[in-house]
Amino acid sequence: MWESIDHIFKSSSEDTETMKQLFGYFLIAGGFVFAIVLGVTFYILRKFKVSDHSKQHFDTHESHKVEYLTIGFASVLVVSFLVLAIGAINKIQTPIPEGKEPDIIITGHQWWWEINYPSEGVVAANELHIPIEKRLLVRLESKDVIHDWYVPALGRKMDMIPGQSNYVWMQALEPGHYDGACNEYCGAQHAWMRILVVAHEQNEYEKWLADQKKKASIPQTALQKKGAKIFQDKVCSNCHAIQGTGAVAGIGPDLTHLGSRETLLGGKLRNGPGSLKDWLRDPQKVKPGAHMPDFLFTEEELNALTAYLYNLK
Amino acid sequence: MEGYKRNMIPEPETPLPSIKTGYGLLQWLSSTDHKQLGIMYLWMALFFFLVGGAEAMLMRAQLALPELNLLGPEVYNQLFTMHGTTMVFLVLMPTLIGLGTYFLPLMIGANEMAFPRLNAMSLWITLLGGLLLNFSYLAGGAPDAGWFSYAPLSEKNYSFTPGLDYYSIGLIVTGIGSIGAALNFIVTTITMRVKGMKMNKLPLFVWMVFFNSFLILGAFPLLNAGLFMLLLDRQLQAHFFLPATGGSAVLWQHVFWAFGHPEVYILALPAFGIISEVIPVFSRKKIYGYVTLAASTVFIALLSFGVWAHHMFAVGLGNPVNTFFSAASMLIGIPTGIKVINWTATMWGGRIFFSTSMLFAVAFLIDFTLGGLSGIAFAIAPIDWHITDTYFVVAHIHYVFLGGTLFASFAGIYYWFPKISGKMLSEKLGQWHFWLFLIGFNMTFLIQHLLGLLGMPRRVYTYPDLPYYGSMNFIATMGAVLMMIAMLIFIFNIFHSLRKGMKASSNPWYAWTIEWFASSPPSLKNFDELDEVKTSRPLIDWEKTNQRNDGE
Ligand code: HEM
Ligand SMILES: [Cu+2]
Repeated sequence: MWESIDHIFKSSSEDTETMKQLFGYFLIAGGFVFAIVLGVTFYILRKFKVSDHSKQHFDTHESHKVEYLTIGFASVLVVSFLVLAIGAINKIQTPIPEGKEPDIIITGHQWWWEINYPSEGVVAANELHIPIEKRLLVRLESKDVIHDWYVPALGRKMDMIPGQSNYVWMQALEPGHYDGACNEYCGAQHAWMRILVVAHEQNEYEKWLADQKKKASIPQTALQKKGAKIFQDKVCSNCHAIQGTGAVAGIGPDLTHLGSRETLLGGKLRNGPGSLKDWLRDPQKVKPGAHMPDFLFTEEELNALTAYLYNLK
Repeated sequence: MEGYKRNMIPEPETPLPSIKTGYGLLQWLSSTDHKQLGIMYLWMALFFFLVGGAEAMLMRAQLALPELNLLGPEVYNQLFTMHGTTMVFLVLMPTLIGLGTYFLPLMIGANEMAFPRLNAMSLWITLLGGLLLNFSYLAGGAPDAGWFSYAPLSEKNYSFTPGLDYYSIGLIVTGIGSIGAALNFIVTTITMRVKGMKMNKLPLFVWMVFFNSFLILGAFPLLNAGLFMLLLDRQLQAHFFLPATGGSAVLWQHVFWAFGHPEVYILALPAFGIISEVIPVFSRKKIYGYVTLAASTVFIALLSFGVWAHHMFAVGLGNPVNTFFSAASMLIGIPTGIKVINWTATMWGGRIFFSTSMLFAVAFLIDFTLGGLSGIAFAIAPIDWHITDTYFVVAHIHYVFLGGTLFASFAGIYYWFPKISGKMLSEKLGQWHFWLFLIGFNMTFLIQHLLGLLGMPRRVYTYPDLPYYGSMNFIATMGAVLMMIAMLIFIFNIFHSLRKGMKASSNPWYAWTIEWFASSPPSLKNFDELDEVKTSRPLIDWEKTNQRNDGE
């Protein structure tokens, strides 16, 4: 069961492996303690159970042996786990080398993720692409409320706090898709602040980066062109950016390569012309509370916008 | 009459305003009698339990299947915020304080609390706070930032309905009520014990309520200060918790959890007290390790003020801070473990009779142990970095609050109901209540550990159809239905017994603490006179002396 599904101790990083191991020890120790309590209690209940409440009463023979034994046993457990915990803490949250710049900067917004590759000049949203094996330094920030970065297979979870920069190390040993989600309650659509991480082999990653560096595709068909015009004329460009056009705002997600994404809206929808159109027709119906207004587009406008945006590969 | 003295129980010197003729509504409203106030606390808790329970049922309906759309996110978020807040401040607190108000004076052989008027004020102001909090539903929207209202989500620009203003004011007001009750417990315990009842002969329930009151005095002012700051932020544009204008979001977390962690012990210690009364009586044995039980309580209480940042391991406080709070938090496991051992050892060699009360006490023992163990998982920072803010947390808090405190409260209510009402609760209905609740509870919450390990975040109004998410959530919802049925049985049992129940004698369980010396229900003046207390089981001693006297 464990390997086939996306549980939080499925690991593709050394850090998750460390935590998984610690949790394993904990399960053994905790399970042992619980089994003793359960076993002893049930034994007592069976052995000393009577069917009538009586007036008789008994004295208790107090010997402190049991208590000392408990204190001793519990102390040994506490100290051992403290030692293990300290080891794991220092292995996972290692100091940042002097002068090292973050590889990636992720900023939480209500309810989407902004992703920056500072040394590459690439900006993306809601889907994170990384190369495998490298231990990446990630800086976490927030534009509004507290969010929390959490992709179980790739390392520890860390809050994203407005007015503060937090750092985590991220690593994917295997190429593939990794699921994650915002874990700190952040308002109406906390449920749909999920994140998809795609880990690539180095050469594929570079190909992806090169694609991302390109400006947005030029609209080809008449419909797409019409869509591009609507995008600029209506207020879309007040909030969104599309590289290579007049739209440069950073309030909503960057849409330059929207068509190449697998999901929309923090995991709410699979990407596709149909779902894109649903969203534009009535954002508040698809993701109530989302900070994007309703525009009351006509069917025609919807078709044009969808054609334009989905073409942005 | 040689060898023991009778000593008179003093009445308050000045008569207090109350309408002593009959038990009309006005009499209840104006009462300063600790027994009536205790009963009203309990009714209030039951009322809010129904409110909080209804909120939980709505939430479970929405979560029964993936991507359901019964409630929108706005409604769901108000519901889970109100559910948590209600259960903590308006259900568990009043239940424990209510039992304390009723039984603490009786158990130390007093006729009243030290400050009867303060006692009345504490009750009514707690109720006022609860009503204010719930009034928000009508005033534009309930609070929606979770029961711990993290800033800046709780600030005006992110939560713009008046909900959080009502939350702040409502909790400040109930907090004042709790502080009043705590002062009263402390002074009553110190000054009004019957002759011979030294501090080391206090019944453990009294001990726990007494010591717990110091925790309340330490913790609630912190909460109230934080809530005032939040209110200032929201109403007068202060900037305590707004990073954009120089405030700190993390400051709120420090303030809240400096209160919040002691608070979870505030909800646990009196529960330990109840268990320490119930288990001995139904095992027919003296409590094992009185001193260790009392001492470990002191230890827990002190530690509880030094562990708050274990709620903040994901905040990025740095390795030294995380290590310190990991260590401090894990230490709490030791005194807690001792308690479990003491209760188990008390049962050993006894004659265990499974009244409903005892069943709940034993279920407490096991479920609370599980909750304690999952708590230690959170204390280990690197494990916390994985499971915090997932459903594992939801499972954990319910094991300690519901499987712990609530089960203990049920044990206490089945135990003391005959004393309070003069009627026996039906044991048969009680067994139904117990088994359905126990099964429902474990169905709902055991599985949530797994959901958490599968990565389901808490406080989500819906979830994607990932493997096992749907089926596990469905099981959890079915468990909640069982609990609801169990509660209906419980409530029926109460009303039925009040009207038609068997009459209770003054000491139906053959217990040995002083409250069982009073009639059932006790007369307005609890006791006329009592003998001196010699041991921790006064009723047994007194019976012996009386027999001897009769024989002479
Ligand atoms: C009928 C029994 C109950 C059911 C079915 C139930 C169900 C739930 C559910 C579904 C949540 C929301 C979890 C989330 O969205 O993250 C929750 C949260 C919570 N529950 Fe309960 N609950 C019950 C009883 C209680 C009781 C008796 C307490 C006692 C104090 C309690 C305390 C809490 C707290 C503190 C939270 C966290 C609220 C928050 O995240 O702000 N619950 N419960
Ligand atoms: Cu978030």
